[in-house]
Parts: sequence; C-alpha cells; structure tokens
Amino acid sequence: MRGIEVRLEGLSKHFGRVVALRSLDLEVRAGEMVAFLGPSGCGKTTTLLLVAGIYRPTTGAIYFGDRRVDGLHPRDRDVGMVFQSYALYPHLTLFENIAFPLRLKRRPEAEVRAKVSQTAELLGIGHVLDRRPGQVSGGQQQRAALARALVKEPQVLLLDEPLSNLDAQVRLQARAEIRRLQRDLGVTTILVTHDQAEALAMADRVAVFSTGEVQQYATPLELYQRPQNTFVAGFVGHPPMNVVRGRLEDGTFEADGWRCRVPRLSYRGEGYLGVRPEDLRVGGEVEARVLVAETLGREQLVTVRVGATELKLLAAQADGFAADSVVKLDIPPDRVHLFDAAGRRIG
Amino acid sequence: MPLLPVRWRWLVASGFLLCAPIVAGMAWLVLTALFDRVHGLVPAGPLAPENWAFVGSPSVGGRPPAVVALLNSVLFSFAVAAVAIVVASMAAYAISCLHFPGRSLYLAVVLVLHAFPAVSLLIAIFYILRVLGLFDTLVGVILVKTALELPLGIWLMKGFFDFLSWEMEMAALVDGMSRWGVFWKVALPMVRPGLLALGTFALLSAWGEFILPFTLIVSSRSWTLATYLQSFLTEAFTDFGMVAAVGLFYALPVLVLFGLGQRYLLNLYGGGVKG
Ligand SMILES: Nc1ncnc2c1ncn2[C@@H]1O[C@H](COP(=O)(O)OP(=O)(O)O)[C@@H](O)[C@H]1O
Ligand SMILES: [Mg+2]
Repeated sequence: MRGIEVRLEGLSKHFGRVVALRSLDLEVRAGEMVAFLGPSGCGKTTTLLLVAGIYRPTTGAIYFGDRRVDGLHPRDRDVGMVFQSYALYPHLTLFENIAFPLRLKRRPEAEVRAKVSQTAELLGIGHVLDRRPGQVSGGQQQRAALARALVKEPQVLLLDEPLSNLDAQVRLQARAEIRRLQRDLGVTTILVTHDQAEALAMADRVAVFSTGEVQQYATPLELYQRPQNTFVAGFVGHPPMNVVRGRLEDGTFEADGWRCRVPRLSYRGEGYLGVRPEDLRVGGEVEARVLVAETLGREQLVTVRVGATELKLLAAQADGFAADSVVKLDIPPDRVHLFDAAGRRIG
Repeated sequence: MPLLPVRWRWLVASGFLLCAPIVAGMAWLVLTALFDRVHGLVPAGPLAPENWAFVGSPSVGGRPPAVVALLNSVLFSFAVAAVAIVVASMAAYAISCLHFPGRSLYLAVVLVLHAFPAVSLLIAIFYILRVLGLFDTLVGVILVKTALELPLGIWLMKGFFDFLSWEMEMAALVDGMSRWGVFWKVALPMVRPGLLALGTFALLSAWGEFILPFTLIVSSRSWTLATYLQSFLTEAFTDFGMVAAVGLFYALPVLVLFGLGQRYLLNLYGGGVKG
C-alpha cells in the first residue's frame, strides 16, 4: 500500500448562503500524515467530505497524484474513511463490517477472509470479529471502523475525529497506534481534530483552520515556535499563549498600566504581544499580583494580574505563590511573539 | 411481572370498560352469525348453518360470488399496501435525506393533502377516473386509495428516516456503494419496523374501505367485501343472521392474518435498531 499525493486547489464549498470553506490551497505529500486542526464549525469535516467525494466543491479542484478526482464518485476515488460516529453497520458482525468494502468489490471469499483477519489482527480485534458493534467497547468499535477503512488498501485515508469518542486512557494509546500503523502502511492520511495536542502529537504537518480558512500550514514545531497570527498563537499550545493587546513602540510594548521590553522592530502602533505561560519567569521587573495558583501535578498554573491584564504562567510546583502576594515577572524579549493590529505576526 | 400500583389498576380497569361496547358488539356478531336466535348475548336457538349459505352460492340478487368479493378485497388491500410502501418510502427518503429545491413546501403540501376528507374529493375523483378510463375498475380504486394513504405514510416514514445515521450512509458510499444501493441495502433495512407499520395500516385501512369502492365501482365482478356486505343491508327484508355471517366472513381474514403475524410483529417492534 503506497500513499499518493493529494492536492487541493482553490477549493471552496458553500451551503446556500453559508460559506463552509473558502478558497483552500493545500498539498499533502505521498505517505504524509496531515492534521486539520480547528474549533468546531470551521470547515474541517466539510473539507474531508470534499476529498472523499461526498460533497461536490463549489469551486476548485482536487488531485490525487496527477489524476483530477473532484468529479468522481466516492467509490472511484480509492479512499478509506473513518467517521466521527464510526458509522459501523449495527446489524452486521465486526467481520462483516470490515468485509463490507471487499464484498462490494466482489472479491473471492478466500481473499475476503484472509484480508479481514489480517487487518483485524493488525488492529488487535481478531478475537471479537463475531460480535456486533453494540457488543464491543468504544475502542474496539474505533478499531473496527479503522479496519474497514484500511481493508481495501486505499491510497488515501481520511479520519474525522477518530479519537474524540474514546476515554482519555484509550485515546493516548490509540494515538500512538494509528500513527505507527500509518507510518508502516505509508498511506497518505488526513486527520481531522479539534484537539491541538492530538494534532501536534500525530501529524507531520498541521493545517490550522478558522472559519473556513487555513490560518497556517506547518510542522507542529513551527506552529508552536512561530505562530503566524494571533488565532494560531492562542489555539496551539497548552495552556494557551497569553495574547495581550497594546501599543508597540521602539523596543517596548505598552499595555494598560504596564510595559515591557521587546525586540526592536520598524512597526509602531497598535498590536499584540504573545508570550507562552512556560516562557514567563519570576525575577524580572514587571510587577504582578498573584490571583490564583492551580496545581497541574508536576507544575502549577499561576494566574497573575499586571496592570489591567491577566497573565498565566507555568511554574515549578515547589515555588510558593500565595494569593494576593506581589511578584516580579520576567518577560524574556527573545521569547515573545509580536503581532500587528490585524493579528499578523511581525516578530 | 410485578403487580401494577393501585392507581394504575384503575386506569387499566377503565380501559377495559371503554372497550366493553366493542367487545360486546363482536360477541353479538359471532353469536348471531352462528345461532338461529340470540337474546341479548345469550344464544336462544339451534345452530344456524343456513346463515352461511352465501359462501357457496354462485350469485344472488346481482351479487358476485362471495369468493370473488373476497379475492377482490385481498387484491385491493395488498396492492394498496404494496404501492403505499414503495412510494411513501421513496418520497420520505428524498424528503428526509436528500436536498432538493422546494423540499419544505412539498412537505407542507403533503400535510395539507392529508387534511382533505376523501368524501369531499369524490366527485372530482369520479371525473378524473372517467377521463383516464379507470372508472369502475379495481386499478382505479387502488390508485385513489393509495393516494389517500400516502400523506400519512410519507410523514410516518420520514420520521423513521430522520433517525438514520447520515454518516452510515456516507460510509457505504465511500465503501463503494451506489446511491441507489445505499437506499436499498443500508437505509431500507434499517427502517423495516416503519415499513411494516405503514404496510399494516395501509392494509387495514384498505380492507375496511367502503366509500371508494361503493362509489367508484359499479360492476359486481369488481366488488369488494365492503360493498358486498352493504348489499345485504339494503334489501327489503334484512336477514340479521346472514348479515352477521357475512360480517364475520369479512372480519375473519384480518383476524387470521394477525394471529399468524403477531409474534413477528411484536418482535419487529420490540427489536428496533440501535447503533
Ligand atoms: N450539509 C450542510 N448543510 C449546511 N451547512 C453545513 C453542512 N455541513 C456543514 N455545514 C456548515 O458548514 C460549516 C462547517 O462545518 P463542518 O465542516 O462540519 O465543521 P467542523 O468539522 O470543522 O466542525 C458549519 O458552519 C456548518 O454549519
Ligand atoms: Mg466536524
């Protein structure tokens, strides 16, 4: 099973007056795993269904390799898809569910049996194949859905929030499993998720969506280190980045009631300063009042007030942060992200 | 089974009480059909097989043989049920699962159609059937009766289709099914209880239908049991024993059908489909 390159060109989708997706250009390399990340309602599923062939694009083109596929029926596209609800057939056993795509292709019985049990073994559900979806756990249902998508050895695998219905424990395990499987099979994969940790952990590259548009398409590390705008800055990373509105002057950032030093830029005027909770330190010159400290286990998340602004910082559990005490914050100039008045990154 | 709480027992008891007149009516029908004379609900005479003479007689007073009327009724009812199932399920699927212009208007119009009493349409229907050459034919009455059953059937089936998992149908498409295949092999099997309910209602409604066959059919060879029964009531001298026997003859096939299908029906309604 070798993956194929997927290219979306000027892709848009309108539902009546609702614009679910506006002019998307994006390319997924052969064998790559790409995550579509964004809050709910921003067009991720719509994009996936366009690739699968369930929806017809309003404008634009979809290519698998050199082949243009946006006019093709889903069955002629050679994609496997796992739906958010898994969409297993409740009246069929897991075996028959997984065999379903092969039966539709009228494959010989021996081949069907061999392929189904091979795929099921790969996913660790070989022992529950005679049960129905309602008789197995959520994790097993999820794997059965994945097996059904993989059994026909598709060139493109589409996963719509495949882990969102699992408990936290199973989810972590499934994350690693899907990633390993995807690497081994080399199938080009698009994963839709609203969970930024999932996207960063699993994907080679992440496309961050917001209201029908891709805000940034980059590797997880680059998203974390150089968010292109305030939306990505606030969405990627946990706990989220502090984003503060204020004025940028020559080498300083001035907010409501406080200021700090930042790298020199040619830009002056209204803008935003972003700083991650893990980059904030105690021991600088910005005076802050502690509001509350929440224990996260190894660390604590401390909310402080600086002037009229609330900031969050991650600190070691051992550091004492008594409520109402005053601390001096260090906002390291080399760790801040600066954005212009429209929220675009400037430094 | 645990005993019902006292308050509920009252409810059940009053339920039985409300059913009592119907039960009494049925008892009277059965007894009158079987015995020579009946006082109240007590047989007061010998068995009266002569009440059932109509079953074997070729044709009396312009009536067709009973068997012909029976066959017509069976044909009429099953045809109505079959056509209603096919048309209503397809229309309901389109309304529920497909997007097309004028969808909500269509749904509203269907409901308004149901609000029309059939009787108020009789004259118009009469002319239409005349023009189409379907007046005085069983096919004509079948079409009319089916059309009248459709609004309710479409709404009923829409309710079932609305509960179908859209993702499941899309999964079947991605797995390689055609759009038609999805309707036949994924959607329809999951609404089987609905199809069965619709079929049962349409069948019973057609079996009991009187006005349509009575006004739209003249030739006795196309009579259904309802018109056949009615013809006994309009005679100068009404033989209640025979009328009761014909009535029982009319009710019997439905009772037999229920007896045979009961277990199956209960299973289907109780089983349902869960994801
Ligand atoms: N079939 C549809 N008809 C009308 N609007 C739709 C349809 N599918 C999606 N939308 C709208 O398009 C937008 C994007 O939806 P979707 O792609 O499902 O978001 P996501 O998967 O990112 O949560 C939403 O505003 C949604 O209401
Ligand atoms: Mg979605």
